[in-house]
Amino acid sequence: MSAKLEERSIVVPGDLIYEGRIRTGDNTYRDRENVYATKVGLVNYSKDRVSVIALEGGYAPLVGDLVIGTVTDLELGQWLVDIDGPTDAVLTVSEATDKPFRTSLDMTQILDVGDLVVAKIFDLDRNRTPLLSILGRELGRVNEGFVIRITPSKIPRLIGKKGSMINMILKETRCNVTIGQNGRILINGRSRGDEELVERVIRMVEDEAHTSGLTNRIQEYLKSIKEEKK
Amino acid sequence: MSKQRKRKPAKTWERIDGRKHDELRPIHIESGVLPNADGSAYIEMGRNKIIAGVYGPREMHPKRLSKPNMGVLRCRYHMAPFSVDPRRSPAPSRRDTEISMVMRDCLEPALFLERYPRSVIDVFVEIIQADGGTRCASINAAAVALADAGIPMKDLVSACAAGKYEGRLILDLGDYEDKKGESDMPVAYMPKFEQVTLLQMEGIMTREETEECVRLAVDGCKKIYEIQKEALKKKYAAVREEAGQVAAEAEFEPEPEPEPEEAEEPTTEDEPTEDEEQ
Repeated sequence: MSAKLEERSIVVPGDLIYEGRIRTGDNTYRDRENVYATKVGLVNYSKDRVSVIALEGGYAPLVGDLVIGTVTDLELGQWLVDIDGPTDAVLTVSEATDKPFRTSLDMTQILDVGDLVVAKIFDLDRNRTPLLSILGRELGRVNEGFVIRITPSKIPRLIGKKGSMINMILKETRCNVTIGQNGRILINGRSRGDEELVERVIRMVEDEAHTSGLTNRIQEYLKSIKEEKK
Repeated sequence: MSKQRKRKPAKTWERIDGRKHDELRPIHIESGVLPNADGSAYIEMGRNKIIAGVYGPREMHPKRLSKPNMGVLRCRYHMAPFSVDPRRSPAPSRRDTEISMVMRDCLEPALFLERYPRSVIDVFVEIIQADGGTRCASINAAAVALADAGIPMKDLVSACAAGKYEGRLILDLGDYEDKKGESDMPVAYMPKFEQVTLLQMEGIMTREETEECVRLAVDGCKKIYEIQKEALKKKYAAVREEAGQVAAEAEFEPEPEPEPEEAEEPTTEDEPTEDEEQ
């Protein structure tokens, strides 16, 4: 029954991180009495479980996630949306509009191939295909702003504890930012310069996600840029 | 005279490049070399130069090849026309197809493919310069690239060849030893599980020699495993050090809980964002 490594040390797949009985958290697995890491990341020992915070990784869709995707195909009564996950997601007409579905309905009026869409995953079907919904506030087709992509595993860091990081960035830059859990981020600011600043800051967060004191450093950086402008 | 002759080579016997019988060629691995791939690695093993790229898990095309209950690992081993002398045709040969299959089979046990139904993980391996033992070096690079892509793995896979040359068992055969030697045995190994995932052999060896050869190769794999681990960690250690210094200079207290939360409640975390947008 013992932790094998220091808190927050970097592990690679196959590293032994715990000996004995304990609950296994994200990115770990148990083999008999031992717990091993399955991804490159930082070890996190908490009271009753051990987990690994991934530093790399694709997007694994979960119910409740807000995602930004591209409509790739239009079928009878549903759209296929690329959300950078293992499979395409499905958006049905019943989850896109309150009107009943009729063959006379022009689906391209709601969403067309190539459109960007902000949607919520409301369920996974039995094949684990994500089912999307755009019924709700702030959901639906994206009409303005631009989208950047970061590694999905770093999204939680960008949001921070209770949104500390992203709220700070929003306050300092006064841009609108919508974060998709799948690693796509929609930025909508007053000027192109503001938007570029947000992108630069998000890239900084992505590169230094595994370091400590990051929120403070980013804030200092944003303030220094503001002062330069004055 | 004949006695002396016999004894002399026994004392001064040396491999063609001056290595000991159980010595690896110098290995250098780098991870994350391709910006557009989900994960990548570059390996130099002796004079082998190999680059590996990993994409996925992603939607599989053509769709009929995907499996409804599990993901598919697709490997492509390819030698560049200029990787060997004389120039080689860029079209995939029988040998390329075989090594692609062998790589897939030896990497599959390390992955959790059952987590990705109807998806595919693509591994592309390009041999830029070949010097014997490319299949082992490719497996080493592919394993690092898979880990770099953040694909869940039970363990890394390390591979190394052993064989027989001039009647002696040697580790990590180079091109010359591979061609002139009596026997060659590539082995891939998962060090944490002590499981062999690939065992091929050509040539002739006795039973005892075969057993000794496997042992030799497995020891080589364990050494390579350490280098692979080092390569994966190196990418982060550098940034961490740099950022650590900056933090120290600015006299920031390290936050008690500064690192990513698990994205358990993304909705609540997102809400402030949405409020801001109104």
